[in-house]
Amino acid sequence: MSEEIIKDVIVRENEDYIINMGPQHPSTHGVLRFEVCLKGETVKYLIPHIGYIHRGIEKMSEAITYQQVIHLTDRMDYLSAHINNEAVCMVVEEAMQVEVPERVKYIRTILDELNRIASHQLWWCAFGMDLGALTAFFYGLRDREQILDIFEESFGSRLLHSFNTPGGLMHDVHPNFQKRTKEFITYFRKKLPEYDQLLTGNIIFQERAKGVGYMSREKAIAYGVTGPSGRGSNLACDIRKIAPYGAYDKVQFDEILMTEGDTFARYQVRMAEMWESLKIIEQLIDNIPEGDFTAKMKPIIKLPVGEYFKRVETARGELAVYVVSDGNKSPYRVKFRSPNFSNLFVMNELAAGGKIADLVAISGSLDLVIPDIDR
Amino acid sequence: MLNKQELSEIILKMVPEATFPEGTQLTEVIVPAEKILALAEGLKNNKETAFDYLISLTAVDFTTNMTVVYHLDSTQFRHLIVLKVVLTDRENPLVDSVSPVWATAEFHEREVFDLFGIRFNNHPNLKRLFLEDDYGFPLRKDFRDEINIIER
Repeated sequence: MSEEIIKDVIVRENEDYIINMGPQHPSTHGVLRFEVCLKGETVKYLIPHIGYIHRGIEKMSEAITYQQVIHLTDRMDYLSAHINNEAVCMVVEEAMQVEVPERVKYIRTILDELNRIASHQLWWCAFGMDLGALTAFFYGLRDREQILDIFEESFGSRLLHSFNTPGGLMHDVHPNFQKRTKEFITYFRKKLPEYDQLLTGNIIFQERAKGVGYMSREKAIAYGVTGPSGRGSNLACDIRKIAPYGAYDKVQFDEILMTEGDTFARYQVRMAEMWESLKIIEQLIDNIPEGDFTAKMKPIIKLPVGEYFKRVETARGELAVYVVSDGNKSPYRVKFRSPNFSNLFVMNELAAGGKIADLVAISGSLDLVIPDIDR
Repeated sequence: MLNKQELSEIILKMVPEATFPEGTQLTEVIVPAEKILALAEGLKNNKETAFDYLISLTAVDFTTNMTVVYHLDSTQFRHLIVLKVVLTDRENPLVDSVSPVWATAEFHEREVFDLFGIRFNNHPNLKRLFLEDDYGFPLRKDFRDEINIIER
């Protein structure tokens, strides 16, 4: 590590070093601070410090309507914005017993998967860059741009969509949507092997990723690690398989599982998931049924008194939404169980005993998005 | 995968005081605060239930009481259950930590402590997670923020 990124070095009497990595460190992808205790170059323990961008989304949600809550969920895991929106919509739809039109289910699932690919692409860019492969960054962003263009054409926004509304979609997708998505699939099928040629097969990259940050299946379960990070440790935790929502019950796809549990396994899971996402989109894109883009909903949504719980699979793992309603137009209490919150705290287990240089590889392989942790 | 009837029979053997509210979306169990750790251990180690995965641990302030809510899943059977502990003492809410059973609980409990002021017995490191030490407990319904006024 170079001089300038070591913010603060305290010498303790037993010659342990405490180094603060972050909160402005480029590889933390946001404001997160690791308090790292070192013995020489070896990490003795690591304590994550969070809360730098805690905005109190759960508290804010208690004062606004359900339609407005959707816009806040964009700001949690901003790379899976569409999937976060869907989670809240599903809670409202289940509580009000609204049957969503088939067309909406198909479009939502396609957009979920496009969103997942875009998210994995950005992760791939940043992971390559963290490990010193800057070219990866340009390759990934070039292809991600194609998806963002599709999003922009259909909803007018590229990152924070808020395109889902309770009961359906804000408006119908752009007439070009099908054509452009199909073009993207053909385009990306050609480009994805380039990713492997550039990074996966690279011996320097493999040396830095293989055998680093081993996580056993038991540890993944104990820490509640989900998503590609959990599946790299052979933990079948895909909500799309466990409790299918949207149109996931109509498509064939594999849940990617790796047994190695190291950084490279987590990398391979995400790379393979991009292929699976393409497969899902391909099965749906030609069969989008005609019909309404939204079910009939009242302008003021009041959920019946009760408690509701829904889970979705975001690009990083399981997002669970727990809503307590007292019959008013805004929720009494909302809890977002965000995947990154649970995934973050396994860091100490993965990094302790390893070298400090591997810390960047490990935190990169968990694919943390900090606003999702702080909420 | 066990249904509500089978789950409740197993739980009643572990904690006879447990009650099961009707008409809920998922199977819910309300247990006394002093029994939660025993029930958590029982549900995780019982071969038929095997609730090894704590999805989320949170709390709700119902103004008359504080309720700690545990959402559990089994990676083997994929059945869900919701455990609830009702704490009537708002001044000094206290419940046993379940972090020996599920490692992730340590951090979820810190979050609950930070936002609700609920303390957890035998927690390895009960410090605030997001906010400063002198901040109030914002998710309590009687919390008043002078700067950003969020009423409700």
